[in-house]
Amino acid sequence: MTYIKPSFRHPKAPVNELGWTRQDYEGGLSTLCAGCGHDSISAAIVDACFQLNIEPHKVAKLSGIGCSSKTPAYFLSGSHSFNSVHGRMPSVATGANLANRDLVYLGVSGDGDTASIGLGQFAHGARRNLNMTYIVENNGCYGLTKGQDSATMDTGSVNKKGDRNVSSPMDVARLAIEVGATFVGRSFSGDKEQLVPLIKAALSHRGFALLDVISPCVTFNNHAGSYKSYEYFRSVKEVMPLDFVPVREEITASYASGTTCEVRMHDGSLVRLTKQDSDHDIEDRQSALQAISHYESQGKVLTGLLYIDRDSEELHDVLGTARRPLNSLTEQELCPGSRFLDSINAGLR
Amino acid sequence: MQPKHAINDFVIKFANVNGTGSASANGMFAKAIFRMGIPVSPRNIFPSNIQGMPTWYEVRVSQDGYLGRRGGTDIMVCVNPQSMAKDVEGVEPGGYFVYDSTKPLEPRFIRDDIHYIGLPLTEICLREYTDARQRLLFKNVIYVGALAALLNIDFTILKDLVSDQFKGKERLITPNIYALELGYQHAQANFNCPLSIRLERGHKVAKHIEDFDNILMDGNTAAALGAVYAGATVAAWYPITPSTSVVDAFDKYCRRLRIDPGTGKKNYAIVQAEDELSAMGMVIGANWNGARAFTATSGPGVSLMSEFLGLAYFAEVPSVLIDVQRAGPSTGMPTRTQQSDILAAAYASHGDTKHVLLFPATPAECFSMTVEAFDLAERLQTPVIIMSDLDLGMNEWMSPPLEFDDSYRYDRGKVLDAEALDAMTERFGRYLDVDGDGIPYRTYPGAHPSKGAYFTRGTSRDEYAAYTEDGQAYVRNMDRLLKKFETAKALVPEAKIKQAEMETRNGAVFFGTTASPAYEAIEILEKEGICIDTLRIRAFPFSEEVEQFLRDHDRIFVIEQNRDGQMRRLLLNETNVSVKDRLIPILEYDGLPVTARKIAGMIRNFITLGNVTPITRRASAQEVSA
Repeated sequence: MTYIKPSFRHPKAPVNELGWTRQDYEGGLSTLCAGCGHDSISAAIVDACFQLNIEPHKVAKLSGIGCSSKTPAYFLSGSHSFNSVHGRMPSVATGANLANRDLVYLGVSGDGDTASIGLGQFAHGARRNLNMTYIVENNGCYGLTKGQDSATMDTGSVNKKGDRNVSSPMDVARLAIEVGATFVGRSFSGDKEQLVPLIKAALSHRGFALLDVISPCVTFNNHAGSYKSYEYFRSVKEVMPLDFVPVREEITASYASGTTCEVRMHDGSLVRLTKQDSDHDIEDRQSALQAISHYESQGKVLTGLLYIDRDSEELHDVLGTARRPLNSLTEQELCPGSRFLDSINAGLR
Repeated sequence: MQPKHAINDFVIKFANVNGTGSASANGMFAKAIFRMGIPVSPRNIFPSNIQGMPTWYEVRVSQDGYLGRRGGTDIMVCVNPQSMAKDVEGVEPGGYFVYDSTKPLEPRFIRDDIHYIGLPLTEICLREYTDARQRLLFKNVIYVGALAALLNIDFTILKDLVSDQFKGKERLITPNIYALELGYQHAQANFNCPLSIRLERGHKVAKHIEDFDNILMDGNTAAALGAVYAGATVAAWYPITPSTSVVDAFDKYCRRLRIDPGTGKKNYAIVQAEDELSAMGMVIGANWNGARAFTATSGPGVSLMSEFLGLAYFAEVPSVLIDVQRAGPSTGMPTRTQQSDILAAAYASHGDTKHVLLFPATPAECFSMTVEAFDLAERLQTPVIIMSDLDLGMNEWMSPPLEFDDSYRYDRGKVLDAEALDAMTERFGRYLDVDGDGIPYRTYPGAHPSKGAYFTRGTSRDEYAAYTEDGQAYVRNMDRLLKKFETAKALVPEAKIKQAEMETRNGAVFFGTTASPAYEAIEILEKEGICIDTLRIRAFPFSEEVEQFLRDHDRIFVIEQNRDGQMRRLLLNETNVSVKDRLIPILEYDGLPVTARKIAGMIRNFITLGNVTPITRRASAQEVSA
């Protein structure tokens, strides 16, 4: 294994509208275990940002603590990044977003970081409809501390030591829908076809976009008996095919009518998907929750875009903050000067 | 016993029931004295309760301009039967006890060394008002009217204050003035007004008061105004007594000053977080992204924020925290004051951490130090904690007017913008000590398309922000942080030294709200022939003059409001002076602001008897009623 990332660049590598190659969106060499699902997600993020023509420096990457939270080092090295403390990424993201609403906020977290220590901050970030994409790289276990069960571990799943989990799992997608997230999707690290358009749609969404991405832990949770192993998850996932069409791009692919659904996003881009359950209205909270339960009762996990509220008010709308980023306001604009202080003093006499 | 004689120099205390509207009437009483040009310092001594529990309001009048608590009560206005036994006991011999005489006073409340003034408050209210709420509210206004006659308060000032208070609700002015007159006339008709303890306009007051066109203001409002003037645009907080009014006031001023005239949108954001952890995280995120952001909290919040303070220290993200201290540990006494977060704040978080602390002693300093805190935080790229307390934050203090120099410019610290990054030929190293002061250069996210991006983390990193577990790189980084803390010594507000009239080897060290009563105590002792030089600490890390002061004195009294002598310990820990036996703790920690008499007494005891009298249960019970 090499520890030096090759800097060779193919002279004819395709470039996006900004003139950047896909390589420009990559990061440092991953130090995660070979075959880790998280690396596939990092690759999907690279693809999504490259294809969306996002300027890398206009992205702020944020994470908490854990294997997943290390990954921002492995993509978009041209972006600022903040690896904060365990379970507290949402609050740092909130502050950052309040300071400058013009950046793209991409948070990466894990199931321990989100569903245990960070459950409160996660729920409140969703509830405030903070404008960010929040990816949970969900493997059902604590990798960095060698495989303890996490709160998303499914009931009945067996860990590497052979213990069967009896506690109920925390479903972060369902929770996000319940508390007010306005874009909720679920996917699988091994399904690039679905994951890349889903990340693109999430990044284009205005508001809190949660992606619960099942990402098997090859070292501690990929054995027979685990419900989050590659093999098991492939057998239970019910895939909702998905296609993301950015603004200005011609719509080419054709879908069978009836189960096809088109969602025009806030920025004009289009998400097209094939619903697996014709009763599932992805713009209806209750319907989304019912669809999740429906598949669960059949021992299946629905992946794809589960819920979207296209025109919700994000945190800045609710607060009524100015369009201009707060961090761009100048001293002259912010400081009232001594004359106002005179009037304050006068009022206190 | 002869009634005590005092002009413009006494302590009056009101015993009320929480939630009965007494606060605004009492506030009007204090403000009237203030407007008469007589130095006054009012204090709320209130319960952690919204309605029904005993609450006190203590007003000290001092023509010498002493604004700390003196100790003792000359006039007790008792409107709360619940606390009457204790309230009667607290009056000093020769003092007055003012009570509601609608029902006769029980014999057990009769002392022969104090004087009684019975006002039939309930009877007047029953006669004048039919509505139960009016009967309750106007009772307070009536006793203020009576006190105006008894103490010689200028009645036109009271009338003006009523008009000010009900600006916009003019229909309330006449009934309130009527209630004032009811009390005033009753007192005039039934007592020999004014009393031997009274106010007189035009008397000479202390020069440091006379020199200014003073204001009456609480520290929390002043700190909030400081944040506005410093250009803070993001405030994240979680409600906690006694800090809540900081963000309330920030919100109030921002609504006036920070609305974009074109769009009506806000040039600021205030978020009430789900807890203090989150509040601190938001502050860090916003500062990281180039906005000036702050939070306000109290001790329990500081505990919760410690994790994030460690991150901000280690990852070098500026942040400003206003800690309005209350009595701990744990939930402690939420509505009582203390200076007991010193060590928790100085060393907040695990690992080797130290934080910059500022110690305001007046509302004017709450304002100026908050403005300064943002500069220091950005210059030093580290958290700065403003150590206020409940006494300073929630009570109104007579203060010189707030001042702001229009030629002053913010110090945004070492930030490389796109232009500077373009001009750079060398590789940008986020944690490189380019200037030798321990402070590296930072960049804001999104500043430049290809330069200046870096990874902010709470894990160990090298000079170029890359993760490393190399012990040498870790040590270099930790040593640079220490160097940065050394740099801070020259930037923080310097200590205030006051020399005694005569040369002395005695010193006293204090900070924050202990300053007012401490200065008064030192003057009391000076009159007795005990001379003491004083040092008022205004910041941590301690600068050279603090160390020099410790070296120059043989016996140093460290006066503070906590049990463990936390500032004393910090001095022992953080100075190079070997002074352990020479630092004598003078401590008060019963939750009420320390009094000048108490401080003078403890120092006197030490000097004459060689010991400091510890607080006994009996002494503290007396102090509560005093």
